[in-house]
Amino acid sequence: MSTSTRTSTSTATDTPAQVLRPDRKRNRLGYNIVALVTAALMAFPVYWLIISSLRPNHEIRSYDQTLWPSSLTFDNFARAVEQDNFGTAIRSSLIVSVTAVVGGMIIATLAALAIGRFRFFGRKALMMVMILVQMLPPTAMLIPIYLQLNAMGGIDEYWGLIVVYLVSTLPFATIMIRGFVINIPVELEESAMVDGCTRMGAFRRVIFPLLAPGLAAASIFALVNAWNEYLFAYILINDNSKYTLNVWLMTFTTERGTDYGALMAASTLISIPVVIFFMIIQGKMATGLTSGAVKG
Amino acid sequence: MTAADTKAAGPPPVPVPRGPEVTGPSSPAKDAKPRARRQRKKGELLPYLLILPAILAIAAVYVYPLIKTVIMSFQDMGRAALWGNGETPWVGFEQFTNILGDPEFWQVTGRTVVFMTICVVLTMGIGLLIALMMLRLSTWVRLVLTVALIAAWSMPLMVAASVFRWLADSDYGLINTLLADLTGNEDWLGHNWFLDPWQGFGIITLLVVWGAVPFVVITMYAALTQVPKELEEAASLDGASAFGVYRFVTWPVIKPVFTMVATLSVIWDFNVFGQIWLLRGNKPEPEYETLGLYSFSKAFESTSFSQGSAIALITVLMLSGVAVYYLRQLIKTGEVE
Repeated sequence: MSTSTRTSTSTATDTPAQVLRPDRKRNRLGYNIVALVTAALMAFPVYWLIISSLRPNHEIRSYDQTLWPSSLTFDNFARAVEQDNFGTAIRSSLIVSVTAVVGGMIIATLAALAIGRFRFFGRKALMMVMILVQMLPPTAMLIPIYLQLNAMGGIDEYWGLIVVYLVSTLPFATIMIRGFVINIPVELEESAMVDGCTRMGAFRRVIFPLLAPGLAAASIFALVNAWNEYLFAYILINDNSKYTLNVWLMTFTTERGTDYGALMAASTLISIPVVIFFMIIQGKMATGLTSGAVKG
Repeated sequence: MTAADTKAAGPPPVPVPRGPEVTGPSSPAKDAKPRARRQRKKGELLPYLLILPAILAIAAVYVYPLIKTVIMSFQDMGRAALWGNGETPWVGFEQFTNILGDPEFWQVTGRTVVFMTICVVLTMGIGLLIALMMLRLSTWVRLVLTVALIAAWSMPLMVAASVFRWLADSDYGLINTLLADLTGNEDWLGHNWFLDPWQGFGIITLLVVWGAVPFVVITMYAALTQVPKELEEAASLDGASAFGVYRFVTWPVIKPVFTMVATLSVIWDFNVFGQIWLLRGNKPEPEYETLGLYSFSKAFESTSFSQGSAIALITVLMLSGVAVYYLRQLIKTGEVE
């Protein structure tokens, strides 16, 4: 039933399929309804997050929850913003994520150029290592990394976290950027050099502009990853004033209970940049995933 | 079809010797030969220079710690060694025999496997169904669904966990209120979902599957749009049933992507940590421990880093079979060409 639905709407000349049309229309309506219900279910936690952050506190601490708030208030946001260390947590998250992403993109671009443009001994092995290390459980790495950073004085220091985030997004970024590199014809670069560009010049003027969308997608993906990371931030940073935003969220849960209103407001604030970034890269990421990871 | 398809996607990288410094308006054909030889040396070194930073970084954060994990699992490293007091004694296979002889370890492993299986089956099943459904929607409905999926996907784990903790809160949670309203049974109010680990893991599964479905849908939908329409049409004209078309035309095309996503899901769900950790308020009870949490609590709470390392290593070994399978799939689809 399902396949004929789509094929026949696309080809009007298709007589045998046309007989099925009323049936198909009903099918599409059914699918649309199911899809809208699915969308509502998927989006519900997001709705609940936003609506809870705007609810007055007496409704949050009510034994009778309602799907719609009776009134809206910004009190929760005020409490969240006034919470200790909010400013320093933003700063920590920004410092760590941005540094990790910039460093990661430089290293990943170099590696992607090597893998995409040259055929050298060990190239396959390198790609395999890159794919394999992504599959190592972070908890397996946590203990030795913690001990090593402890020995090097890297606990409670941003650089420890930066290095971990940089490397954890490196394999994915490399493979993704490579997908864009191999789609740039070598001839472009060559003709630029024939026209008098140096290799660096050819890269800067010809390759880099074509690579830019891929780089943007990969870097935002890496940024979101670093921004969202929790486990390593929790273990490697003990100093309250250096908490990243995700670890800072824990301060809303005390022994006397959780201030859900403020927690939801703080969570909303943290999510806004991520949602915006995701909306921007969504299309590009699909390209990157299909051209880089799926098609090769 | 996939092999041919992937080959066509990009020109194979050719080791073209290209000269950086030696440029100029001189005709390339004339002096191509000597230049080519001179530059081949450079061309051979350059890729290694380019990958050097990546190799160093990966070695520092993955390879070295992995070696260290192996070494530590044959030692007995506790708090004293952490602060630099005293030698770390070698104990051979003692950590492993202790762990493998501990019934708790097998309980945790069983729990991890069951939890992983349920999560992967649900994620892949629901994800594939939604992706198939997306092909048959009106454009605006598909857009609404995509936005909902991305909204769910983009929520930080920490935030999503907070929301689910709030939804399942025994006093002020929406789930209890709704259940009480729907069933008319006031007993649901104040119901603690985490008292019974089965119910608790139900909530955790909900969070994991909800968070993982968007990735599966978007990847599978991308794969499904690559299924040639003409083939499906031809098959249905030839009298194939909808299921037949799916089984013999659609499935072979999307299978490599499906296997890859499923394998990744196995690895991710085997290592679920944050969701359980956060839903249990940073101190999971023993009955909520999966292998990752078990290794963590051995290392950091019992300060036996060696036991924690040994458990982590056993986990890596368990998953290495899956990892190798994943790699073979990638090679088959031409990713590592």
